Amino acid sequence: MTVAAKPLVETAARPLGGGRRFSLDWLGAVPFLAYVGVFLLLPTAIVVGGSFVGPNGLTLSNLTAMNKPFIVGAFVNSVVLSAGSAIIGAVLGAVLAYAVVTGNPDGVLRRLVTSACGVLAQFGGVTLAFAFIATIGFEGFITIWLKQHGINIYANGIWLFQLSGLLLVYTYFQIPLMVLVFLPALDGIRPQWREATESLGGATWHYWRYVAGPLLAPAFFGGLLLLFANSFSAYATAAALINQGSIIASLLIANTLTSEVGLAQPGLASALALVMVIVVAIVMVLYTVLQQRTARWLQ
Amino acid sequence: MSRSRRLKLQVFRVIVFLVFGAFFLVPIGAMFEFSTRGNTDTAPRTLSAWQTIFQTPDLVAAILASLALAVITSAGMLVLLVPTMIWVRLRLPRLNRVVEFLCLLPLTIPAIVLVAGLAPEYRWLSINVSESILTLAFVYLVLVLPYTYRTLHAGLAAIDVKTLSEAARSLGAGWATVMGRIIVPNMWSALLNAALLSVAVVLGEFTIANLLNYVNLQVAIALLGRANAGVSIAVAVASLMFAFILLVILSFFGRPRARVAQLEADTTLSWGQKT
Repeated sequence: MTVAAKPLVETAARPLGGGRRFSLDWLGAVPFLAYVGVFLLLPTAIVVGGSFVGPNGLTLSNLTAMNKPFIVGAFVNSVVLSAGSAIIGAVLGAVLAYAVVTGNPDGVLRRLVTSACGVLAQFGGVTLAFAFIATIGFEGFITIWLKQHGINIYANGIWLFQLSGLLLVYTYFQIPLMVLVFLPALDGIRPQWREATESLGGATWHYWRYVAGPLLAPAFFGGLLLLFANSFSAYATAAALINQGSIIASLLIANTLTSEVGLAQPGLASALALVMVIVVAIVMVLYTVLQQRTARWLQ
Repeated sequence: MSRSRRLKLQVFRVIVFLVFGAFFLVPIGAMFEFSTRGNTDTAPRTLSAWQTIFQTPDLVAAILASLALAVITSAGMLVLLVPTMIWVRLRLPRLNRVVEFLCLLPLTIPAIVLVAGLAPEYRWLSINVSESILTLAFVYLVLVLPYTYRTLHAGLAAIDVKTLSEAARSLGAGWATVMGRIIVPNMWSALLNAALLSVAVVLGEFTIANLLNYVNLQVAIALLGRANAGVSIAVAVASLMFAFILLVILSFFGRPRARVAQLEADTTLSWGQKT
């Protein structure tokens, strides 16, 4: 009797129910995983795979075709634009963040600035391009006003619709983004550290050079990288501002993808997109590393 | 802090706020100015560009399409993400990191890259399923994941999901009851925030619609900009105002202090959506 009962007990104790529940548990995540698989991972895989596929099967020609001057030029322009707008945005954003953080931490001004930065960092694309066209375009508010006072801002060419114009327009969303990223780091700096520096005979310069500077450096360069990636992958603003030509990488990808004269090259577009995603991914990994360094000191 | 240094700091702050305030406000003011111009230099101010918005059928269609996309995307996002996140939290903690990674991944894959891979998928969709612009909701749901994930994550972290669900289960509630009648009512503000963020993202989306040849609000504004700059800038201002109102509503729901920090965290995430 006891012998016969034993397997029964073991069966009951065996994680049969647990095993079944285990598999049902996994089913709960399937809709989400399947959805993300189809609309996020599959497109990414198509881009990566498409880079190595030509009209006649597998090929490396898409990647080797990228040494053409106009392609290299577009990527160089993208890097110059992203680095430029990141540096300007990071420096000016840090200045604005410092002005915010030296005020009342619960004040109206701070809430106003952080909310405004939240909106403005999002503010891109067509609306932003139009805002600048309405401001300093040919018929822009400031252009006309300056013209009435004898100043022609376009005396040396129409720079708004070129790389330098993009540089100006991009700073409009880069500065607020830097404020949002840099503010928490500045909040981590304690006034006691400055007092300690002073009690040890240090001047303002010493404080910034040896105390606050090194502490804030990872946050600052992290912000710089984030801004670089942000600008490097931006498309809508440039597309709305520049109707023709492919002066930067994102415009080049778009034009290669949807050429209106039937010269679309999906393979090349995939290869270009692959390069872009690799650049952004590397920058974002470095950003994460710097974020972790920031978190170690300032929180 | 010495008096002279405090004075210098105050002067510095005033100058900084004035200069940055001008830089950020002038372009927005200029859009208002531009959209109310008359036909000639000497013509009086007019609202005709604003009135023309509703007399432009293409524009109205695009506005309606974008609003419909916003509603579908928000609803789809909630239906897909909320049960998954609750389920993973309760039953599949090992999958937590995977879900987080997948939700934040769209920040690292630029929309311009995503669209290169989506083109074949949407060709297939338009042939076999539907040519409707509303199919864009499929990919918009992916675009809004990073924002909504963070918001919902914060909402879930604020309540003791495990205890609540165990209590409900021990009283005989099924999983549907646990989710629908126990957990969801406890995180209304997070759900609302997530939905509003989705609406804001969808109404501002340009890259994917434009390159897949669908005319949503932003594409319509861009197209119209070449024909009638006044009207398109009026719509641009209107859409900006609408997004701003959404974000103001968003900042109303929630506790003042914690919510501001949360909002800052959310907006910090937003960089990838510049598209």
